[in-house]
Amino acid sequence: MQLTNRKKEVSFKEQSFAERIYLPAILKGMVITASHLFKKSPTINYPDVKRPIAPVYRGQHVLKRDDAGAERCTSCGMCAVACPAEAITMTSGERKKGEEHLYREEKYAATYEINMLRCIFCGLCEEACPKEAIFLTDRLVDVEFERNDFVYGKDKLVEKMNERIDVTKRQTSAVLEFKKTLGLKHNELFEAQKLNQGKHH
Amino acid sequence: MTAFIIYKAIMCGGVFLLCLAAAAYATLWERKFAAFLQDRKGPSRAGWGGILQPVADGVKMFMKEEIIPNVSNRSLFILGPSLFMITAVITSSVVPWAKPVMIGGQVYDMQITDINIGVIYLLGVASIGVYGIMIGGWSSNNKFALLGAVRASSQMISYEIPMGIALIALIISSGGSLSLKEIVEGQDAGFANIVWQPLGFLIFFICALAETNRAPFDLPECETELVGGYHTEYSSMKLGLYLFAEYINMFISSAVMATLYFGGYNFPFAHELYEKLGLADGSVWISVIGFGALMTKIFGFVCLFMWIRWTLPRFRYDQLMNLGWKSLLPLSLLNLVITVAVEYFRGNIKL
Repeated sequence: MQLTNRKKEVSFKEQSFAERIYLPAILKGMVITASHLFKKSPTINYPDVKRPIAPVYRGQHVLKRDDAGAERCTSCGMCAVACPAEAITMTSGERKKGEEHLYREEKYAATYEINMLRCIFCGLCEEACPKEAIFLTDRLVDVEFERNDFVYGKDKLVEKMNERIDVTKRQTSAVLEFKKTLGLKHNELFEAQKLNQGKHH
Repeated sequence: MTAFIIYKAIMCGGVFLLCLAAAAYATLWERKFAAFLQDRKGPSRAGWGGILQPVADGVKMFMKEEIIPNVSNRSLFILGPSLFMITAVITSSVVPWAKPVMIGGQVYDMQITDINIGVIYLLGVASIGVYGIMIGGWSSNNKFALLGAVRASSQMISYEIPMGIALIALIISSGGSLSLKEIVEGQDAGFANIVWQPLGFLIFFICALAETNRAPFDLPECETELVGGYHTEYSSMKLGLYLFAEYINMFISSAVMATLYFGGYNFPFAHELYEKLGLADGSVWISVIGFGALMTKIFGFVCLFMWIRWTLPRFRYDQLMNLGWKSLLPLSLLNLVITVAVEYFRGNIKL
């Protein structure tokens, strides 16, 4: 049975003179390598030039602040429960008087850590979050020398006031619509929050 | 007398710096060229587009820890790379770089020294060069280094013979002078020697590859079999000297090939060009243009060396010896016989 048409007879005959001085074969090889001089290099000059990424790319997380600058996270722990890699840990704190401009609600995350070595960037934390507090962004996680440095605390996760991060790309209408689906626990809270806001004004 | 000493000192310093600069940038160009042949970009970080890469490499080499094995013979261990570097550099002294310049009625040769046995001097220095490798490999007191050194010396001996015979044929056909200056001037009018000695050039080129330990003849440093070959035990700038001297060797052997076979600083229609530009004999500009022509030829040869290196795999040891003794030696003898016969019938040689 013939499997391929690339069968080649191997013989042990004496090499001819042309084969023995190698030159014809060498010239053939050199033409092949020279042809590569004129081919375009597929290399991307990484730090200078970045590969285009998808609009819904899931990179390093951000903990959002609201428009007034208060942290949105209430340390409910939904993200930690949803996380399949168990990368998220947090401890809660109670808001003191005079800290209203820092934290949006009475309970807040005193510490909030994501282990970037465990994280699989699936985005389930973002889906689970009832407060629109955690989002995955298009930033890449930095390279570090120590394993401990990959455990990102609030210092790295909470967005800076002077460099706000745009997450509207992640808040597609489909996502917003999903978050409004009735019957999901967090959406009840979402609705209640909207009612509360209505009362304030 | 003072003027003579100053002129010679400038020539020596200039040629020395030229060799070092050319070799330094040959290392960069080697990496760039390899990258182009492999659809990559090559070093591009140090300086503008990688132009300072040789400086970075040099600084790295000097900063590295230097290890001299305590089982090695310390003085010979240091002598090895020094000798290799010295022999690499002093071959440049007989190469005529450009046409003589006339300044103030005085003629200055653009050559460190025009000895009348220039070709023999080149062969002699090239064979001293192998002592650098041999001494380095032997004094390391390491099996791999010794194997590398043994390979280097047997390879050099094997390939010097066809090289020498190819040179004899060249000298017969170019008029019998051993001075490189006269060989170049013989190619000033008429054709370059490559036209009369194509087979001789091919043999000389293959032997030059072997003498400079370039791929596919880099068996002495063969990293897949011998760790690093003769420089296994070397570190820091001593290793740097070995690697650097290889590039100087490549540069000088390219210069020698350009001089012997491709007319050196002459190029086709040179006299017509000089006449058109209105340049008199001995003008500085003629020298500059001639030097440019020589450097272009050298660059071409250096590229050819690299092109071959990044195309061919290394020879097996028995293939190397078969090629040297069973193919190149008979071919070079054949070339010699044909040359002598042709010159006899042209009436240039009398029995």
